[in-house]
Amino acid sequence: MPPSWSNLRADFPILHQQVHGKPLVYLDNAATAQKPRAVIDALVRYYERDNSNVHRGLHALSMRATDAYEGARARVAKFINAADPAEIIFTRGTTEGINIVSRSVAATLKPGDVILCTEMEHHSNLVPWQQAARASGATLRFLPVLGADAEGGLDLAALDTLLTPQVKVFAFTHISNTLGGINPVAELCRRARAVGALSVIDAAQSIGHGPFDVRAIGADYVAFSGHKMCGPTGIGVLYGHRALLDTLAPDETGGGMVVTVDYAGARWKPAPERFEAGTPNIADAIALAAACDYLDALGRDEIARHDQALAALAYEKLSALPGIRLIGPGRSGVRSGLVSFAFAEVHAHDVVTFADEDGIALRGGHHCNQPLMRKLGLTSTTRASFYVYNTEQEIDVLVASLHRILKFFATS
Amino acid sequence: MSGDLTELYQQVILDHNKRPRNRGKLPTANRVAHGDNPSCGDQCSVYLRLDGDRIADISFDGSGCAISQASASLMTTQVKGKTAAEVEALYEQFHHIVTTGETPEEISDLAAFAGVHTFPARIKCATLGWHATRNALKGDPTPATTEKHTD
Repeated sequence: MPPSWSNLRADFPILHQQVHGKPLVYLDNAATAQKPRAVIDALVRYYERDNSNVHRGLHALSMRATDAYEGARARVAKFINAADPAEIIFTRGTTEGINIVSRSVAATLKPGDVILCTEMEHHSNLVPWQQAARASGATLRFLPVLGADAEGGLDLAALDTLLTPQVKVFAFTHISNTLGGINPVAELCRRARAVGALSVIDAAQSIGHGPFDVRAIGADYVAFSGHKMCGPTGIGVLYGHRALLDTLAPDETGGGMVVTVDYAGARWKPAPERFEAGTPNIADAIALAAACDYLDALGRDEIARHDQALAALAYEKLSALPGIRLIGPGRSGVRSGLVSFAFAEVHAHDVVTFADEDGIALRGGHHCNQPLMRKLGLTSTTRASFYVYNTEQEIDVLVASLHRILKFFATS
Repeated sequence: MSGDLTELYQQVILDHNKRPRNRGKLPTANRVAHGDNPSCGDQCSVYLRLDGDRIADISFDGSGCAISQASASLMTTQVKGKTAAEVEALYEQFHHIVTTGETPEEISDLAAFAGVHTFPARIKCATLGWHATRNALKGDPTPATTEKHTD
């Protein structure tokens, strides 16, 4: 039965529980999303009926597992409108995907080359590039973020001076996990292409929250995680443009990624096997395909509308709280499904602990974004992030809880 | 509000959070150590004036949640005038309180932190300032990080 917006919460078994005696209000979706029954069933079905190792297997189970695994690759390709399933490399998640690209690309860089990132990158799209710069002697530069509360987003005008022919890689996030703003990725890819730089998109926060057409965007590499889009943990995707993948050196070597091996050496298979040494994460890839089905059935445009409407409502209601500082896009800006905020008088961890008592799951801290936090003069924020199953009523529960917390600390 | 939460946010803790004692840089310090809690970004610097083996004066500086700031503040009041060995014994006592919830027989403000033990994720917050102080006493130049400790 296709999922329906009117009865959507019924699809997510985990939501129907009490935490500290209160109904669970799960607002930590930017960290990980919950799983619909269809995804859980896909996992169970695979292990109960089809579990076997993929490729080279000549028995029935191995053929079923191989078909399902390669079917999942084709399903993910369709999900992001990739031209060819071979452009889909299964990884453990966004971090591994970026590391594969950064390590492989580092081998082609030399002193004088420039890697361009932005000031709003998650550590997973920053530290690998620091390592690549260190290993190759290339220089790492940053596209600034504008505004005291980062409300201005990326400084696109600065691209004119920063995107020089020396730039070999431009790595940027689609949606900041801390700010919630949506970056103009198609334009950024176009600008990178104009100077001959590779574009690398961290799509961890965007992939499950709206349409994503990799060909329309024009990206060279895109990394994302399954678990933030209703899929299981431990599975992610690195998309690479076919022409590039076959020139990229493998990151890990071993079984499954070679054509021939003798005692002296080996020849690599083309993508995607070249990047999938060893037994892959078969079950989770298959369940990720089920997550693709689920989200497409809900409608990717509808998901974007739903999440953005909740974030806008949350922004509006939270703005009225005394002493609150909201970071990221302002009232008029487009905001993906999250709001990030700080109180002058109450630390994010105290907020999260108190909200937990009300059954609300929030995240407090630096969100793997330490340099940006420092730039904004913050050590931590509290983040509420929304997904398809969240409701307007849950935002009211959050606001009431925050009022209670502020009152407690004001009178203590 | 639940009993666990009022147990965690005791009046003593809220008071130290709001009115931290010995806060700021100590101009006469001859030892400094810095502590980081990488999982949440809490930071704490401890400044000591050591007179031989004894803490003649102490201050702290930093940012973090109510538990970490109150604990660092209370810690400064408890260790001032103590020798390194006495501080170590106090730390052992404090560590026992925050990990087990058991309070010592003698009356001590440290007992206010007994409620932390029901919130294991917050034990690191409560011990951050203590770790920085112990590093300062040892003259260890590397920043203390809660990730190196079992708590």
